[in-house]
Amino acid sequence: MNRENSGYTIIYASVMVIIVALGLAFTHQVLIEKQTANVNIDKMQQILRSLNIDASADEARSQYDALVKNAYLINSDGTKIEGTEGTTPNDPAFSTELGSDDTAGLPVYEAEVEGTAIYILPMRGAGLWGPIWGYLAVEGDGSTVYGSEFGHASETPGLGAEIVTPTFRKQFIGKELFKEGNFVSVAVVKPGRSAANRDYVDGISGGTITSQGVDKMLLNSVGEYKSFLMNLQAAQ
Amino acid sequence: MALSSKTKAVLLGPLNKNNPIIVQVLGICSALAVTSKLEPSLVMAISVTIVVAFANVIISLLRKTIPNRIRIIVQLVVAAALVTIVSEVLKAFAYDVNKQLSVFVGLIVTNCILMGRLEAFALGNGPWPSFLDGIGNGLGYGWILVVVGFFRELLGSGTLMGYQVIPQSFYEAGYENNGLMMLAPMAILLVAVIIWVHRANNKELQEETN
Repeated sequence: MNRENSGYTIIYASVMVIIVALGLAFTHQVLIEKQTANVNIDKMQQILRSLNIDASADEARSQYDALVKNAYLINSDGTKIEGTEGTTPNDPAFSTELGSDDTAGLPVYEAEVEGTAIYILPMRGAGLWGPIWGYLAVEGDGSTVYGSEFGHASETPGLGAEIVTPTFRKQFIGKELFKEGNFVSVAVVKPGRSAANRDYVDGISGGTITSQGVDKMLLNSVGEYKSFLMNLQAAQ
Repeated sequence: MALSSKTKAVLLGPLNKNNPIIVQVLGICSALAVTSKLEPSLVMAISVTIVVAFANVIISLLRKTIPNRIRIIVQLVVAAALVTIVSEVLKAFAYDVNKQLSVFVGLIVTNCILMGRLEAFALGNGPWPSFLDGIGNGLGYGWILVVVGFFRELLGSGTLMGYQVIPQSFYEAGYENNGLMMLAPMAILLVAVIIWVHRANNKELQEETN
């Protein structure tokens, strides 16, 4: 058999590609269930961290089920869209990805910690190298931050990536999103600086662009929940 | 099982005098990127070892059938398929570590060690020596990663495998973690130090000065 023959080469390449494709498709199918479960558990851990709870992967599910009482989508008026309630990964709130075009509404998670209602709002923004995201837990008054969680795809370790550390996240606790009835968000400023008429936290030294990204994300992503938060305040 | 001296050289050579990182200076990129903690270094070392070993065996088995004109493509397809499988398995069973390794698992495909071994060894040798060669090179790459990861995590975060090893009393006495250790430049300095020590102990690796 002539190995340098073009026909042989083409057939060889075709057969190889088909075998590899079948092998990979099979591997993916076998593992997809386990992978999705991991992604969901990771998301639950993030939501729990916004409630200032560090849950291990094993206990995330039970903690999440115990604390998160309801989840739903809201429309642009900040009112709940009927029929979207449910906290499990298959329900609309959990499976909605921020930033995709075909979403029916914005997801809100309602948790109950020690008898008081906490509302968790997902956020999405841009860091220095890639996307950043997070969850902001707001108290029932619609303004006070109860806790926060941030994640990033590829920020610089030791600099921008420090936004995930508790030291940075814990600064947000107790800050107010509204001043005199207006939504002003919480500013992330250079350490030592301050922000006029807004609550602020210190950014990361050496992670300026990422800190600004967090600042913008808080303003834009949480800003989309403005009507929802104002409805909460009106209900008080 | 006694190994002949030739198989021994194939297996153990890459650990020392023929090390892919510190002698051939291959695979440096991933060695710098994933070694800020010990755990991802270990997982990366294991992943690369598995991929190189099995890619070597597969290419070695196919070596008499591969059309010469597309041999690099065949090698790439085999390597990419194995890397994808490793990445899928990690996503399913070691999700946290996979998150830390991020793109670098996928980038094993572009690791020069992998292509280098397929081209230089597997195409000309039988499956068993090829397998040993893959294991040897994977471990040779791996032990450097583990050493670098060990020092970077210990000095940069004060932890090992995520556990605090530097006692709190040290911090109270004024000890500080070295933030530079978390950045890539320190990894290349550590690799350089290993190369230095290694060359100092192996005179035959030193170039002649004139």
